[in-house]
Amino acid sequence: MMDNGFSSPRNDAFPAGLRVLVVDDDPTWLKILEKMLKKCSYEVTTCALARDALHLLRERKDGYDIVISDVNMPDMDGFKLLEHVGLEMDLPVIMMSVDGETSRVMKGVQHGACDYLLKPIRMKELRNIWQHVFRKKINEVRDIEILEGMETIQMTRNGLDLPDDGHLVCGEDLTSVKKRKDIEGKHDDKDPGDNSSTKKARVVWSVDLHQKFVKAVNQIGFDKVGPKKILDLMNVPWLTRENVASHLQKYRLYLSRLQREDTVSLDGIKHSDSPLRDSAGSFGTQNSINKQQLDVANRSYGFPGNSLLVQNTEPRSHDSERKGIVSKSAAEPKGALSFEVPDSRKPKSSQMEFGHSFISPGSEVNFAEFDSNFPTRFSWCEVPQTQLKQEPKPLHLDDGLSQLTLPGKQQRIQADYPQPAPPIISGSSVTERDIGSVKIKPLNDECRNNASLASSIGSTIETSHVQTKTHAASHQAFDPISINTSSMKNQTSYSSCISDLESTQKNINWGLSPFATLDDDLQVCWVQGDCYAMNLGLQNIEFPEYCDPGLIADAPTYLYDAVRFDYENLYDPTEYPLIEQGLFIA
Amino acid sequence: MLGLGADRLRADMNRLLALLFHQGVLDEQFLQLQQLQDESSPNFVSEVVNIYFHESEKLLRNLRGLLMDREFTDYKKMGIHLNQFMGSSSSIGAKRVRNVCVAFRAASEQNNRAGCLRALELLEHEYCYLKNKMHELFQLEQQRLLAAGVRYPMQN
Repeated sequence: MMDNGFSSPRNDAFPAGLRVLVVDDDPTWLKILEKMLKKCSYEVTTCALARDALHLLRERKDGYDIVISDVNMPDMDGFKLLEHVGLEMDLPVIMMSVDGETSRVMKGVQHGACDYLLKPIRMKELRNIWQHVFRKKINEVRDIEILEGMETIQMTRNGLDLPDDGHLVCGEDLTSVKKRKDIEGKHDDKDPGDNSSTKKARVVWSVDLHQKFVKAVNQIGFDKVGPKKILDLMNVPWLTRENVASHLQKYRLYLSRLQREDTVSLDGIKHSDSPLRDSAGSFGTQNSINKQQLDVANRSYGFPGNSLLVQNTEPRSHDSERKGIVSKSAAEPKGALSFEVPDSRKPKSSQMEFGHSFISPGSEVNFAEFDSNFPTRFSWCEVPQTQLKQEPKPLHLDDGLSQLTLPGKQQRIQADYPQPAPPIISGSSVTERDIGSVKIKPLNDECRNNASLASSIGSTIETSHVQTKTHAASHQAFDPISINTSSMKNQTSYSSCISDLESTQKNINWGLSPFATLDDDLQVCWVQGDCYAMNLGLQNIEFPEYCDPGLIADAPTYLYDAVRFDYENLYDPTEYPLIEQGLFIA
Repeated sequence: MLGLGADRLRADMNRLLALLFHQGVLDEQFLQLQQLQDESSPNFVSEVVNIYFHESEKLLRNLRGLLMDREFTDYKKMGIHLNQFMGSSSSIGAKRVRNVCVAFRAASEQNNRAGCLRALELLEHEYCYLKNKMHELFQLEQQRLLAAGVRYPMQN
């Protein structure tokens, strides 16, 4: 079920090689879907439990392109899983269900499903799932470009000391950014439920708004950030929490993507030290920063986040702080990706947390790599993430954990997440974990409950299953059937089935001990052979109470069936009203 | 002679399948399964159907266990089992079984215990019929393969 190595998709024959993770508790469907997807030339991994799926996904970010999950999972609500995957991994998720009720489908879409399939699923529906992956990639690129554009403008504006009027035209044109935003309008009006007006106002994230947003984020501290806090700080009356949440998600994505580029290219360059120190030194002045940034702005990826950070910290931090950052970054050429901030810098460190990823020393040197990496990322060539994962030292993890100043719930959440998957701690990069932990915040109470209850729910389900099993264990109804049918050769009539049942039943020990919970008088009914006569007698009796289980035995029901149904005639499936089954007089 | 046997068996199989389709026991999802079977998985259909049987019997036992309990009140749980049953029945195209599940679920949503019991019996009945037919089908298939297999060397 689990692949051992990293699987990277073949970029030559997209969508072939699409890496699909299928999550379904029904083993029949799991097998069928696996086969269907394989026939579409996709790479399939199957999972029967939601938590296994999350484990797999976390263990290997970028190990999968798309997730298909059933809505009804035993250990976790499918919609919850959907949310987790969307927030943590930002993968397209397709939901499946037997139930096609509109409200359910709507709920799926609300939670972020990019499609909702009804079972039984046809193969042709699966063939086209690659479009969701493709669409998402395209949109992400657009989002990043937009964010970059906004930030470039922002820092340029700041750098040139221009008034905060939002109409600056420079480099990445504000109007062009806005234009793209309008086209992409759907990104911002995600939440359907909250707006009172029938026509939803589209949020256009102008540079100003975005700057307010980033300011708020920095103020709160990236690790503690949550949409509500940001919203409060931003003090923009018409903005809703949902707007902020979706923008935050995009922002995180943007940051993590830049980060990934950083690390990746970082690993490729061994000689990062000396150029770093030089550039680090230049960080000290505003002008040189601007120069750098303007330089950056011309490339497709920039450093805008980097500069933005520096800009924002300016009003708040002293030069010494900045130099502190700088020397830090200089000292950590390779591990810079990690959120390594000493405890002493607590208040500032939270800002540094997200900014730190950009002040990665190697990154400036590696612009060339950025450019070359950019297209490959989107053409499915998987950049090896192994280095990314091995980079952070355990020290950083601890620091990252200690940064979370909400001792109670946050740490509990932290503890819960790694628990089901200990390898995650050692295996995944700190940034991703931190992002993961930061992302816990928006999920808020649900997540907390979820994380802590998931295991208890799991255990209650298990125990209740055990209970039903002990009840049911005594009902050997189907063993005789299976013995039966194997002995049947060419008998098409149903009554023969019954006669075989009779013979086998007499030979079966009905295992009376589990019946301890039933009344003693019932046990009388279950004596071999006798129950037959009993039930035959009961056939003609009206059943006043159905709650007496003794009256309704297991296998002998087939006796009734033989009387009830004449199976040689065609059975009309529409005649289901049970009241017509003759024997049971209502 | 053996060649004729294989053909006759195939004809028997087709007739059986046609009957099952006509009765509404199976629907086109079953055909989808057959189409999925290929050289890389020559026993795909029977494997899937066997998994289905295994799961269904578990579910049926659970359902019966629930209903047998005198203090039974957890209709929601029954609903969950039923959904699972419906889902897996839809996977192999067991249309009639699935339809009974729908009726069963309706009864459980109304907390109608009597109705649930009746539905359960009907369900067990339908399931039993389906299982017998499937076994028959697989036996015919096996015999046909044997017959077909034996024919070839003899023609050499």
